[in-house]
Amino acid sequence: MIEPKRVDPATAPKPWLERPATIRMLWVVSGVILAGLVLADLAIEHHSHFGVDGTMGFGAWYGFAACVVLVLAAKALGLLLKKPDSYYDR
Amino acid sequence: MIASLVLSPGLVLIAGGLMLPLLARIGLRSVALLAFPALALVLALALPDGVLVTSRFLGLDLVPLKMDATSRVFATVFALMSFAGSLYALNQKSTIELASAHVYAGSAIGVATAGDLVTVFIYWEAMALASTLVILSAGTKAHASGIRYAGIHMLGGVLLMAGIAGEIAATGSTAFTALDLSTVPRMLILSGFLVNVAAPPLSAWLPDAYPTSSWSGMVVLSAFTTKTAVYVLLRGFPGTELLIPIGLFMIFYGIIYAILENDMRRILAYSIVNQVGFMVTGIGIGTELALNGAAAHAFTHIIYKALLLMSAGSVLLMTGRSKCTDLGGLYRTMPLTAVCGIVGALAMSSFPWTSGFVSKSMISDAAGREHLAVVWFLLAAASASAFLYVGIKFPWFVFFQKDSGLRPEEPPLNMRVAMILLAAICIGLGVYPDPLYAMLPYPVAYVPYTVSHVVNQLQLLLFSGLAFFLMLPLLERTLTITLDVDWLWRRPGPWVAGVLDRYSGLTWEKLVDQVIAISTQLYKLLYRHHGPDGLFGRSWPTGTMAFWTTVMLGTVMILSYL
Repeated sequence: MIEPKRVDPATAPKPWLERPATIRMLWVVSGVILAGLVLADLAIEHHSHFGVDGTMGFGAWYGFAACVVLVLAAKALGLLLKKPDSYYDR
Repeated sequence: MIASLVLSPGLVLIAGGLMLPLLARIGLRSVALLAFPALALVLALALPDGVLVTSRFLGLDLVPLKMDATSRVFATVFALMSFAGSLYALNQKSTIELASAHVYAGSAIGVATAGDLVTVFIYWEAMALASTLVILSAGTKAHASGIRYAGIHMLGGVLLMAGIAGEIAATGSTAFTALDLSTVPRMLILSGFLVNVAAPPLSAWLPDAYPTSSWSGMVVLSAFTTKTAVYVLLRGFPGTELLIPIGLFMIFYGIIYAILENDMRRILAYSIVNQVGFMVTGIGIGTELALNGAAAHAFTHIIYKALLLMSAGSVLLMTGRSKCTDLGGLYRTMPLTAVCGIVGALAMSSFPWTSGFVSKSMISDAAGREHLAVVWFLLAAASASAFLYVGIKFPWFVFFQKDSGLRPEEPPLNMRVAMILLAAICIGLGVYPDPLYAMLPYPVAYVPYTVSHVVNQLQLLLFSGLAFFLMLPLLERTLTITLDVDWLWRRPGPWVAGVLDRYSGLTWEKLVDQVIAISTQLYKLLYRHHGPDGLFGRSWPTGTMAFWTTVMLGTVMILSYL
């Protein structure tokens, strides 16, 4: 293992990617792409296996909902099972 | 004709591993590290189909080398992985680790090209030993987990051995063909396989042991054990419905634990269980499309997971850190490592134009075509969240997130070349999957790139990404671990063993004490009466003798007059 060089993050210059204006622009561009993807469903004929999976924006809401449910489920399990990471060292 | 000359690719690699310490002494270390996997790769691709070597051992008919399409897919990707892993690890100082990695990879190829159950078992155990050595060579911090790892795999080996012995006794045949679950030995064989595939209830061995290995060790560990288990399931238990719930459990277990995890390499360890769950589910569905999907996904998974672990290993080597809470902002000074990590993460998330997309979607589509609604909807949910918990989470917390102030350099050249090689394969197979499809066990009529499929997948993934950034406060990393089943054998296990040891020890000691006490007493008693001073043992003075003789003669005389 090599000990890397270090700088103080508070005084280090902020690259282009981390400036607030860039981040705002990234959100706007992402929003446009997301909306475009849902609207694309108007023009595409989905061949569905089960009906609901061929409806407009199914991937969008289902993907989003699946993630929310899984993160909340993980959080709930974490309440029971999370321990400090030195747990087994004691 | 050289057709009579048949070299087993697995044995070539094992021999290379065993000779490596000697070759390293005469300056051929790097050559040997790359040449043996390259030769194994050529052999895996070039050997013709059919039974290539047969022998008899202890009255059993063995087929140590047999080739067909399924064997070739796995042997090829194992050899390719061994080559890339060796290239990445050229600057690893531990020759023991590298030699063990060669034996480990060779044994995995041995399983994939074995034609009978006994050969499978022999290579299976060689894998367990070699992989334990790979873990242990990381140093003292890996010793405890390495021993736990060995323990679990010994258990798996015992189950498999018992199953194979029973199967041979019942059928008289050593052939490794598709088995059903009609007899106890076959259930034992299945449980032996399931231990190695990291199925519940023992999935915890994987995230417990792998992340304690060295920066290069985990790259090879990620590839072989679980995927050989996928191979034997594919060969031995295709269409076994029990595998569908087991696979689905593994998928969601991996996701939930990875969401909670802080250590980047442990996140990737949980995601191995998650991705192998897709393959196990596919094998359970058992149609030609699903089995093709499982084999294809094993191939692509080995490559992109190794790429992710190479990226993580580079960060670990160059910073000495692996916790998300310590990392962040590394894209500034490690752009190549970051890009390669992102390519691996996208492939793992089945992003269109990466290798994961062309393989994982075969499994989902197989579930759809069989009208397995629950399976299909769960797989879709899992695909979406894979993007959240690794696809974005890994690059975000390691390379972006906050500025950790760390300014590590890029890793050495050989590591960079290995990462570029695997990243190129991830994108190459994603854009042009035909060479992979041509290798699969069954003919492929599958078209991954339809507008409908691509748009649907992009919706799933990008809205999952949106969920990630909206829920970021919930996902902030903390200095925690999440308890798993291994708690049972790390906390109450040793305690119970200690108690048993103490009490059984106590009882034994008491018994020994008692025996010693009784024998001492007996000895003392004997000594008192028969020792030099004992009543029966001592030498008596002549006077006493004469006195007692007189007394006895007198007594006899008196008695005779009575």
